[in-house]
Amino acid sequence: MTAAGGDRLGRLLNLVPYLLARPGIEVAEAAADLGVTERQLREDLELLWVCGLPGYGPGDLIDMAFDGDRVTITYDAGIDRPLRLTQDEALALVVALRMLAELPGAHDRAAVESALAKIESAAGDAAADLPVAVRLPPNTTRRLADLRAAVQRGNALRLRYYSATRDRVSERVVDPMRVVVAEGHAYLEAWCRAAQGVRLFRLDRIDEHAELPEPAVVPAGAAPKDLREGIFRPDADMPLVTLSVGRWARWITEYYPCESVVEDSPERWLVSLRAVDMAWARRLVLGLGPEVSVVAPAELAAEVRREARAALAAYGA
Amino acid sequence: MSRTRTERLVNLVICLLSTRRFLTAAQIAATVPGYEHNAGDSREHEAFQRKFERDKAELRDLGVPLETGTASAFDTEPGYRIARREYALPDIHLEPEETAAVGIAARLWQHAGLAAAASSGLLKLRAAGVDVDPQATLGVEPVVTVDPAFGPLQAAARERREVRFDYRVPEEDSAMTRRLQPWGVVCWRGRWYVVGHDRDRDAARCFRLSRIVGPVALVGLPGAYRPPADVNLISYVANWGGGPPDRTGRAVVLVRPGRAAGVRRFAEHLSSDPDGDRLALGYGDAEGLARWLVGYGADVTVLEPDEVRKAVVARLQDLAEAAGEPPAVPAARGVPSPAGARP
Repeated sequence: MTAAGGDRLGRLLNLVPYLLARPGIEVAEAAADLGVTERQLREDLELLWVCGLPGYGPGDLIDMAFDGDRVTITYDAGIDRPLRLTQDEALALVVALRMLAELPGAHDRAAVESALAKIESAAGDAAADLPVAVRLPPNTTRRLADLRAAVQRGNALRLRYYSATRDRVSERVVDPMRVVVAEGHAYLEAWCRAAQGVRLFRLDRIDEHAELPEPAVVPAGAAPKDLREGIFRPDADMPLVTLSVGRWARWITEYYPCESVVEDSPERWLVSLRAVDMAWARRLVLGLGPEVSVVAPAELAAEVRREARAALAAYGA
Repeated sequence: MSRTRTERLVNLVICLLSTRRFLTAAQIAATVPGYEHNAGDSREHEAFQRKFERDKAELRDLGVPLETGTASAFDTEPGYRIARREYALPDIHLEPEETAAVGIAARLWQHAGLAAAASSGLLKLRAAGVDVDPQATLGVEPVVTVDPAFGPLQAAARERREVRFDYRVPEEDSAMTRRLQPWGVVCWRGRWYVVGHDRDRDAARCFRLSRIVGPVALVGLPGAYRPPADVNLISYVANWGGGPPDRTGRAVVLVRPGRAAGVRRFAEHLSSDPDGDRLALGYGDAEGLARWLVGYGADVTVLEPDEVRKAVVARLQDLAEAAGEPPAVPAARGVPSPAGARP
């Protein structure tokens, strides 16, 4: 896929129609809008000024009028429209709009769908029969609509939340920042007052929520998490667990972020991953059962055996 | 690109947009500044031809629809022009809410190439007079990522070209080469899949993009096949590996007071006494339920039915006996991942 955005020629061909549509725009505003520096924009304008129709006389060249910091195109030499969308541009916009159209909330949805139809029609062949379909996780849509509305009203929320890492349900008051959908789940990103930090709350683990009669106040320094590297990013100070993994438990290497996967032998893989805490690691290993054994730390292996024996005792086995 | 070359190319676009006749390379050289040369000197002429070829390629890369043809039946040399209808983005009028949606959509991509394509597409819409508010928000943002195979596979599906790729499933020891006639690419529950006709299996198959190893190779010519007319890609992927399980079984478990919150969330409370709470759980597959419950260790004891009780005891015995050494013989297949076990 090519990145046409950085190309100066493309930018120049776009610049004339952009300015034509906005007579008298401030150079600084145009530069900010087009994502270039003011100086770069002025250089672009200088270059365009010596281009034009064959003949290249005064009446043939692209012309513009400056009024202080404002610019108006007075002659466009025929490049009065932007170029059509390329296939990649159409793909990127149409697929992203299809994602948005999947979000619940009837009001915006109509706007997204009509925008999608207009972009598809303007893109013409570039968007025709795009063989890409998207579907959001189905079970969260109801709560997603509720929480999204709550975020937009800007009030603090009280959550009853199940933390899978701690296997505990707790009540907490949060100041919502946004709702994100990533890796197949929807999350509420919020400032958690109890934890004094930005946290992601998976929507299907929010058992109840109530809006409080007070505005959400997100502390100034609290920034949304960068989700490009994934939702769960292990810290180096979390305990490292190394497991010997049999064939039918190899799926964990696709499911959890792993520090290393060594194909030790055809039947056993050595998998190292960061555990949020040892109680979580114990639940993981117990749940995986005989397909997995603990290589390190030794305490975890001992704890798993102890727990299994304690559980067996209840069965009289 | 040098300033002179950029200038030459802008002039070339303007010149070819303004002409209705096809202009030959010689006519272009005589017109557009930057192509001046002595056509009688073979070295100079060759240099011009190379330059012109590079410039044409540059324009085509940018998406400029360069038309080739001859001005009349008597011409032997091909000429060039740009049809305005093909060049220009058609008129597009967006309402403020639609504009906001497009602006947000363009910000969703976390994949560098598609993010750049989205923003250059947005710039074209701006140039068409659409004013995009960069602050607009819908209150919810999907984070859109794609696997490297996404680009080539969607392009192949669009062109109806067969592809070949190496595919590795974790349970298998090595990648297998697969030949596929892709019908389309689907994002389902946060993962990308390609659906198509598997040439080796001679049947419809779907593949997870994250399991494709290395590049996707194009095989054969465009338009080589036709996807079934009524194929619904989403439901194809959704039904792959069976639909949602039928939870007709009912198990009763004893849960220690205040423990195993993860089990309680899905259970119906029956009664409580000092050793714990009796809870009822619906289930489909006894082994699957056992796997999940064993994770909670001694906090959960299965009271009934027998099939779940036995499955739990068998797993616990294996765990209790494992001396920390890997078992010599791998156990039987037990595939699906537990729902909601993620940290």
